[in-house]
Amino acid sequence: MPILSYLRALNRALAAEMERDPAVCVFGEDIGIAVSNVTTGLLKRFGPERIIDMPISEQAFTSFATGAAMSGSRPVVEFQIPALLFLVFEQIANQAHKFSLMTGGQVKVPVTYLLPSSGSRVGWAGQHSDHPYSLFAHVGVKTVVPATPTDAYGLLVSAIRDDDPVIVFGPAGAIAHRENVDFDTLAPVPLGVSRIHRPGSDVTVVAIGHLVHDALAVAEELAGTISVEVFDPRTLYPFDWAGLHASLERTGRLVVVDDSNRTCGFGGEVLATAAEEMRLVAPPKRVTRPDGAVLPFARELDLALQPTRSQVRAAIEAVAKDR
Amino acid sequence: MADSADLYRTVRLIRRFEQRAIEMVRAGVIPGGIHPYIGEEAIAAGVCAALRPDDLITSTHRGHGHVLAKGADPVRMLAELAGRQTGLNRGRGGSMHAADVSAGICGANAIVGASAAIAAGAAWSHQRAGHDRVAVTFFGDGAVNQGVLLETLNLASLRRLPVIFVCENNEFATSMRVRDTTAGTITGRAAAFGIPAQTIDGMDPETVLAAAARAVDRGRAGDGPTFLECLTYRFDAHHTWEYSVRPRYRTEEEVAAGSARDPMAIQAARVPAAARARIDDEIEELLDQARRFVDESPEPDPSGALDYLYADGLRGRTGTA
Repeated sequence: MPILSYLRALNRALAAEMERDPAVCVFGEDIGIAVSNVTTGLLKRFGPERIIDMPISEQAFTSFATGAAMSGSRPVVEFQIPALLFLVFEQIANQAHKFSLMTGGQVKVPVTYLLPSSGSRVGWAGQHSDHPYSLFAHVGVKTVVPATPTDAYGLLVSAIRDDDPVIVFGPAGAIAHRENVDFDTLAPVPLGVSRIHRPGSDVTVVAIGHLVHDALAVAEELAGTISVEVFDPRTLYPFDWAGLHASLERTGRLVVVDDSNRTCGFGGEVLATAAEEMRLVAPPKRVTRPDGAVLPFARELDLALQPTRSQVRAAIEAVAKDR
Repeated sequence: MADSADLYRTVRLIRRFEQRAIEMVRAGVIPGGIHPYIGEEAIAAGVCAALRPDDLITSTHRGHGHVLAKGADPVRMLAELAGRQTGLNRGRGGSMHAADVSAGICGANAIVGASAAIAAGAAWSHQRAGHDRVAVTFFGDGAVNQGVLLETLNLASLRRLPVIFVCENNEFATSMRVRDTTAGTITGRAAAFGIPAQTIDGMDPETVLAAAARAVDRGRAGDGPTFLECLTYRFDAHHTWEYSVRPRYRTEEEVAAGSARDPMAIQAARVPAAARARIDDEIEELLDQARRFVDESPEPDPSGALDYLYADGLRGRTGTA
């Protein structure tokens, strides 16, 4: 079977949707030359009226996409750098996201924001290493963080077809991931539906984005001693609470692995909801970036602030110790 | 093209709508207050008279005039200000977000300078679909120092979009005078991006209409954006909270001098008295009807507070579960 890389999956999803629906277009910076390797070949195939290199004016082109989306287009806006989302938080959280409610349902804003490389890439330092998905889930923007190439394909397709703003975070740590896959089987993945990558009976590990792969590696290390279920929410908002509920009915123990800063990070929401509403037989744990983390430049310092496999393993062992 | 009586009707409607809305703010029927457009009516009336029903506008926190001039139903507009289910936005938008998309009104916007890029994107999308619609974005003098607006001037000029940038220079950004906030000139900003820019008398509806009509022709012909700086004066408060807070940023003498040229008087002088009286009566009758409609309209059901948040009807969890 052919090999599908993560970025190639995003590229195939864009091409397929542009082919299917002439309203789909892409705005971004350096997308003509596909500097992020996501729009490769699309300029030649679909032309400069649909693959539009924008001036370095993120705030303007993000709201430009809102206006276009309100008027019949279905734009995908690519951001090369996750911290640009701080610059356009007004345009997404306060404009695009609010239009449907504020107009009493008169308009739809079908925009997709695509981050092909969010989170630490090690060595890109303080202003290129954020992974701000928790902010968008907090304000209620539909937020997806695919862990695998097939999910990246399927969730991006669903995001583009969705009639609301959707933000798609491709984690830098998942970009190198490849899958052997029959391309004919690639299909939309509905928003709000989780995926259990590995069933288990002792501990549920909720892992977000690239951390799914770390959780799977740790689950394998622990096989034979602790049976770990690896739960990938895939969509953070809306979250598949019913799926998590079912998993905790089986395990009763919970670890969350979340590449957000600890205070108000998404992992806290998972723990809180589980504590309020679900079956827990032991205190849950989370592994996150530290409070208020700003990633330093040097490799050792950057990595010191990322969730690690040994931390995940220690958390699993701690919640499972009284079995 | 609109005649003198049409322009007078629009100016008069906006003036009387605002005066009645202020009464309703004072009476507690309109929550949150409003940003009165009194004194600036010639701009909305003149610009929107140059537009077709399928052209688009985006507006500002001081947006009632634009929304009315573009053709929204004043009755449902007043109901919106009062937060009624029958309002334009079903009571979800209020004064600062009033919209009637079916009339080409893509929303008033409460963030200064924020709606220009939305108008530009809408103009682009319609142009791409082969329509010859133009989009007008209204903003005040305070917005000309907002980065996203300047970015949008560049983008609109670069792509020759049919966008008309209408700056309502009423001399104040809330309490701050243009001379204290704005280096260079307002039209100079547009000129820097290669956009034809003109400063016009924003107190005369017919002057505004003539300039807007030229800008619309340019846009429809594919010649790109135009920038109009309309000189005007805000006769009333920045916001109705001024009636209680009484901030002192301009003297009564200054307000009197600034209000000496009144767009309603200017346009009234061009309409025979009998015709004018008929128009005035029609407007009072309409606004009486609007007021009755507000009083008869239900307040929204609190259980629907998050209706319309998502196009697909997605419901998040409540605040307690």
